Amino acid sequence: MTKQIGVDSPDMVVPQELQNNVWITNIAKILDPVYNWGRRNSVWPMVFGLACCAIEMICTAASRYDLARFGMEVFRATPRQSDLMIISGTVTKKMVPTIVRLYNQMPEPRYVLAMGACASGGGPFKEGYSVVDGIDKFLPVDVYVPGCPPTPQALINGLIALQEKIDQQSIATVPWYGKGDPTADGVVPIPVLGPDLVDMRQLDIIRQQAAKVEATAAAGPETEAATE
Amino acid sequence: MSELILDAPEPQEEEMAVGTAVSDDPVARAAALLKERFPDAVSDDPREGYSGLMVDVDKLVEVATALRDDFGFNYLSSVTGVDLLSENKLEAVYHTYSLDQGGDALVLHVQVDRDNPSIPSLVPVWPGADFQEREAWDLIGIHFAGHPDLRRILTWDGFNGHPLRKDWKEPFFEEEKKPFGSRWPDGGVFRAEEKNPFGKNVQYPAGWQPTGNEYDVETDMYLPGETHVVDPGTGIKTDKVTVNIGPQHPSTHGVFRMVVVLDGETVVDLKPVMGYLHRNHEKIGERNTFIQNIPYTDRLDYLSSMSNNHGYVLAVEKLFGMEVTERAEWLRILMVELTRICNHLWALGFLLNDLGALQTPMLYFYLERELILDFFEATAGSRMMCNYMRFGGVAYDLPDDVRGTPTLQFLEELIYGNLPRVLDQGDQLITGNEIVRSRCIGVGVLSREDAIAYSTAGPVLRASGVQYDVRRANPYSFYPHLDFDIPVRFNGDVMDRYDIRMEEMRQSLRILQQVLPHIKATTGQKINSDKPQYALRAPRAGEAYGRVENPKGELGYYITARRREGNPDRYHVRAPSFINLTPLGKMCQGHKVADIVVILGSIDIVLGEVDR
Ligand code: SF4
Repeated sequence: MTKQIGVDSPDMVVPQELQNNVWITNIAKILDPVYNWGRRNSVWPMVFGLACCAIEMICTAASRYDLARFGMEVFRATPRQSDLMIISGTVTKKMVPTIVRLYNQMPEPRYVLAMGACASGGGPFKEGYSVVDGIDKFLPVDVYVPGCPPTPQALINGLIALQEKIDQQSIATVPWYGKGDPTADGVVPIPVLGPDLVDMRQLDIIRQQAAKVEATAAAGPETEAATE
Repeated sequence: MSELILDAPEPQEEEMAVGTAVSDDPVARAAALLKERFPDAVSDDPREGYSGLMVDVDKLVEVATALRDDFGFNYLSSVTGVDLLSENKLEAVYHTYSLDQGGDALVLHVQVDRDNPSIPSLVPVWPGADFQEREAWDLIGIHFAGHPDLRRILTWDGFNGHPLRKDWKEPFFEEEKKPFGSRWPDGGVFRAEEKNPFGKNVQYPAGWQPTGNEYDVETDMYLPGETHVVDPGTGIKTDKVTVNIGPQHPSTHGVFRMVVVLDGETVVDLKPVMGYLHRNHEKIGERNTFIQNIPYTDRLDYLSSMSNNHGYVLAVEKLFGMEVTERAEWLRILMVELTRICNHLWALGFLLNDLGALQTPMLYFYLERELILDFFEATAGSRMMCNYMRFGGVAYDLPDDVRGTPTLQFLEELIYGNLPRVLDQGDQLITGNEIVRSRCIGVGVLSREDAIAYSTAGPVLRASGVQYDVRRANPYSFYPHLDFDIPVRFNGDVMDRYDIRMEEMRQSLRILQQVLPHIKATTGQKINSDKPQYALRAPRAGEAYGRVENPKGELGYYITARRREGNPDRYHVRAPSFINLTPLGKMCQGHKVADIVVILGSIDIVLGEVDR
């Protein structure tokens, strides 16, 4: 992206007498710690409770566990002001269009933390007909926190893991300062509710399956269902 | 209410013989009189293990009206749809109670053909049937003729089929009943996604072709009707505005949605929209074995998992005819009453939050709530999802210590020290607070008649002047041995609901103070029956309905089973939060937008239970 400069660059020669006074590095290396320090200590989550796990999320923010120690107590009610979406609970098919829409409304940098078994993979309700088996079917997840519900300690551990992840990002490579429309990559098509949840990215597979079923139905009327 | 304490049955004899013409039992008396009045339409349910009356579908409304007006069974608690696949019938089950006499339910069964399942709606008789009938339509597909607004409620419009029918298979369907052959006894496991052509939890009806832009399931939820109002005095025409609150909104206590029609700041109409947390509790519950359902009940009203457990084990114990050991009963009451305090602390914290007392009272309340959770964690292994009760007892005895303090000492400090202190503090700082009072008094009034007609329960019902508490009206466990009052208020506004909860916590403390000596005295005794629980099978066919006074109201479990089966056939939850929402629209009318969240907060809902 930027031209390689600094000590690693072969055409950079520092005179002998200046070597103790000059430190040559690239700008990202100077800025990254500052930039990340600021971001990691002010991750503002969205006020967004889905199910039982949300109660533990609230407890994490409340008196005893005190999320303010990490600069994360500023829960924002609007996605426009938040950095982190904590998916705290079961994602149902009826709810997932809203969740995706909210995610799309969050400005970069944005992170998603899947809290609990349900958000990570469907959890105890996975077999149910109106439950999405994990939010990662729709959104990119940064941190998974296991548990049903995860204790506040576990959630804090997950948030610390997120901080470590933020620490490793570099201002030079993060996508949201890149060329072009940075949000274009991040926009997830909003699923819609038909006879079942329809993921707009899967329309082709759905059509194929329907055609297949029609073909088998024409061959023999006993295979009716779209799935086995 | 007090006479109910005196002649309350011994706890173990709870299984009341409904229908065996004992004329001093109000249920039997009403049943006999009903049969006399409607000889062609009403008869005893002939099935083995079923109590209650079989009512002819054409006469249902008449029978219900007579029951309400002439026999004193003025309260429709629960409406359950049942799919009787083998008989090609659908059934609606109504549990009605007499609020004045207390006692057990008079159960009405109505059966219709599966091919043309139409039952007259009971909304004109009991408006409280509204959401419950919509639920039965949505999930079972019983058409309630004459229902004012028969739309889907938990799934969405356009959803394919009625999922609780026995022949409806979910996308990840594996087998009819658990344990699944793939898991047990061989222990093989596969991922359900691998078998599904779409790689996720979806399926589509045969031949269905998506076009990609035909769905707008949300608009139909907006209310039709007049688009403007005319001020009678000035003749000025103002537009009505429809505002959507939720499902993502900080004040809706979860993923709850309200569609509100406003005239300026004033609420003209409000309709709740739910189902955003519909987690198929009942469908999963009907595949599960009996014991597998206990952890699922934790997740209904996830703030009071212990009481949810209690209701469920009571229902199953009724079905199985099981006895509970003495220590286990005391432990159950200990847990359940602590849960009530937990829940009310939470509810009031949030109510104040909604009132604008942002966070501070809540943080104070939660500090003490954490102590209760510490105790739960030490005992049951989990802070919230305790999974503690078992059929015939409880899972674990008390631990030796809680966070380094001996358990009994911890409990004593809690019950005599911390909890009364936080209640006093709350009373001092909040109850008399002028802002709180002016925002709460006279807001969200629910009259006594409406509270009964809309089937509300718990603090909402008692704040409207009905002194009805299942612990007294239809006693279970050791509650008849305990001395406590049922608080009641008469204005039916937000302030009264607040007061009731404050008072109930004090009563719970009273109960806990009486329970502690028994816990001490029964140390070392058995806490569970010896039967291995995983192998339990229903000893008889039939139905059972277990209900408890949950912090939010009457929580009931309706269970039917076949003989020698290890799974329930029908498993239905009467969720107090869900039914308490029925009058929300009415309570909000005429108030300001800011009052909506307060009224909602005063009902105290938990979405896990609303949507199940
Ligand atoms: S993971 Fe467990 S606690 Fe969390 S939402 Fe799911 S069921 Fe509830």
